[in-house]
Amino acid sequence: MRDFATLLDRLSYTPARNGKLALMADYFRRTADPDRGYALAALTDGLPFSFPVRQTILDLAAEHIDPELFRLSRDYVGDTAETLSLIWPERQAGEPPGLAQVVETLGLIGRNDLRATLAGWLDTLDVNGRWALLKLVTGGLRAGVSARLAKTALSLAFDKPVEDIEEVWHGLSMPYAPLFLWLTGVGARPDVKDMPVFRPLMLSHPLEEADRTALDPAEYQIEWKWDGIRVQVCARGGESRIYSRSGDDVSAAFPEFSGLPFNATLDGELLVLRNGEVAPFQDLQQRLNRKSVTKKMLADHPVHIRLYDLLEHDGEDIRTRTMSERRACLERWYAGTKPARMDLSEIIQVPDAAALARIWSATRAEGIEGLMLKRRDSAYVSGRPKGLWWKWKREPLAADCVLIYAQRGSGKRSSFYSDYTFAAWDESRSPRELVPVGKAYSGFTDEELKRLDAFVRHNTVSRFGPVRQVEPRLVLEVAFDAIQPSSRHKSGIAMRFPRISRIRWDKPANEADTVQGLKALIG
Amino acid sequence: MASGFESWLRPEAKGLYCAPGDFYIDPLLPVERAVITHGHSDHARPGHGKVLATSETLAIMRARLGDGAGHSRQAIGYGERLAINDVTVWLAPAGHVLGSAQVVLDYKGARAVISGDYKRRADATCAGFEVVACDLFITEATFALPVFVHESDAHEMAKLMASLAAFPERTHQIGAYGLGKCQRLIRMMRAAGYDKAIWLHGAMKPLCDLYVQHGIALGDVRLVSEATHDLAGEVVISPPSAIGDRWSRRFADPLPAFASGWMRIRARARQRGVELPLIISDHADWPELVQTIRDVGAGEIWITHGRDDALTLQCQAMGLKARALSMVGFSEEDGE
Repeated sequence: MRDFATLLDRLSYTPARNGKLALMADYFRRTADPDRGYALAALTDGLPFSFPVRQTILDLAAEHIDPELFRLSRDYVGDTAETLSLIWPERQAGEPPGLAQVVETLGLIGRNDLRATLAGWLDTLDVNGRWALLKLVTGGLRAGVSARLAKTALSLAFDKPVEDIEEVWHGLSMPYAPLFLWLTGVGARPDVKDMPVFRPLMLSHPLEEADRTALDPAEYQIEWKWDGIRVQVCARGGESRIYSRSGDDVSAAFPEFSGLPFNATLDGELLVLRNGEVAPFQDLQQRLNRKSVTKKMLADHPVHIRLYDLLEHDGEDIRTRTMSERRACLERWYAGTKPARMDLSEIIQVPDAAALARIWSATRAEGIEGLMLKRRDSAYVSGRPKGLWWKWKREPLAADCVLIYAQRGSGKRSSFYSDYTFAAWDESRSPRELVPVGKAYSGFTDEELKRLDAFVRHNTVSRFGPVRQVEPRLVLEVAFDAIQPSSRHKSGIAMRFPRISRIRWDKPANEADTVQGLKALIG
Repeated sequence: MASGFESWLRPEAKGLYCAPGDFYIDPLLPVERAVITHGHSDHARPGHGKVLATSETLAIMRARLGDGAGHSRQAIGYGERLAINDVTVWLAPAGHVLGSAQVVLDYKGARAVISGDYKRRADATCAGFEVVACDLFITEATFALPVFVHESDAHEMAKLMASLAAFPERTHQIGAYGLGKCQRLIRMMRAAGYDKAIWLHGAMKPLCDLYVQHGIALGDVRLVSEATHDLAGEVVISPPSAIGDRWSRRFADPLPAFASGWMRIRARARQRGVELPLIISDHADWPELVQTIRDVGAGEIWITHGRDDALTLQCQAMGLKARALSMVGFSEEDGE
């Protein structure tokens, strides 16, 4: 428990990704089984218990401290579990429990035994250990670590490609003994071939100007870029899973696809589709991040998968075959299987470069996000291999907005005001006023960042904690993909993918764009 | 008014006033006669007529306030009695910073002790707190919540040394208040065996020099402005406000640390972007506050500033009469 507590403590104070990776890799290397397997579970898919622990904490606190003193403390600290860990008398009586002992015990005991069990453990631990234990019991570590980052740390610790780890991941479970046997070179790679496991996706690169001129459309399979979420469908022996791009199992949110009657692994785009029409992305957002779905939700936001690729069917892995061959397999498989709520992504016929440019230019007017270009001879390679698949997003929109707030970045940017909130004129108010319309952190060079930072420091009119309000006089040209209606923002709109495209040192703020003008761009 | 202390000692707009002696203790505004507990700027303010304090506190005030350190200044040693009208005034060590004192007032057979800021644990840079039995104890309450239990010096130094070993390519930039905390931190590092140069922000230097003049050796301390490289692997001590500011861009991937009692609370550390919180405080933690109230044996406790609600509750639970003075003008530790 001590090492795990130290890991959690250090993670909570380490903002940098590489710092977190180094901490976790070091822990996984140094720690024995099964402790590290339980730690891995805690950092990724979570532990198979979650106690309603708040009342237990209050009961435990009441044994040691006046309830009013506890309340005052809790108000100050802002976290009930942390407060109890801080006020618990320092006894360190006896050997603290190991992580495995804690997890295995919590998996067995009932709610009624929780209080006494916890009290016994708390007596043996130091303040960090008590904090980590209580975080563990609540099931929410909030260590700022994604499952993907923890898997990347494993890859770093044992020098194995992260894709290989992801590929066996969903066939294994806590405490991952076969995984560590394999990673440490003692055992064979875990056999998951009869399980509906995730196969890491192949991702594309943005198509830059230079790549574009060298490109021969004849070498590519060209498709529309659909605005949904990329998923992997994996069905095996009546069991099926929907995995997100990062390998999270999101099946529970999409019961439409449970128990699919085939054996295959497919790559596609999840969309909300009504009468054959793709609904805006906000419709799909209603369906995301849910543990369960209502009947009404199923009826109002029907989902559909547009198929891009076939990775494997009936036990045959075809990822090493070419795009063209896989596409032919996909079409044959689709014709033979006729899966419900799925269709094939259309292949666009593009005779030459001029036609490609023409089709791309029309994407915005057609309400399509852009084009995908996949080399016909490309194998399905996990990760983001260079030069095989390209995404060519439609031309961004742009608006001139006024910088109104700035906040310092983190890590290397912690001494720079690098996060900007910008505003547009709201003409519906009299007199018109600037209303925030978005935030951006990118798009500028290091030199421009220095000048922006200096501008913020010299034009600060007030401060709210880490945020500086600046005199509204610098115009930023903001590029963005789309404007969406939003009830959460005062302006009534939200920008998708905004970035700073130019700094208009020359332009007066009163010539910036209006909220009304931006609203007219809602498509 | 039952206990009667209010007839001769009371909080006023200008500060805590001793009527028979006609002087204020740590007054907020300029007054004719002031007794000053210690040199922190929220206690030692400029512009008083006559100032009574320890010689160390007077030296600190001169260094920080120049001519504002009082029109005339009188030094008084710990334990030395001074009669002002019917009141006998003397100072006892408070263990807070160099020269810090509790003010003891004896008047008509009753004794009041004004703690100023204090701590109970050992500090190589100042005289240790002395328990003075009294009838009325007027205490600070900066860390008066049961969650504040400061770690031992050795524990925090082990943390710092482990971080230095783990990140030899980064500059450890420790935010510390310039009077007291900075010098104590240096002495703690020396006691932990760290004998390399310690690099200082320019603002820390004058008071370090003053401490050295008072016989508190700090070893090899140098100014950051004189460094010829990016100080990778070195320790820099700066004011807390310089953490993550432009000044820190000169260092090698600076690792922000902060030496303060507030670092016990995770949200406080994260809010400041601190990666290495060091729980080092010049104030009494909760157990020390409670122990001190027990030790001095006073029947009545007044609380000048800080988290007075929790300490008032605690005193009442101990069967003592307690009163929160809610005095304004005193800042939190490192709040300046």
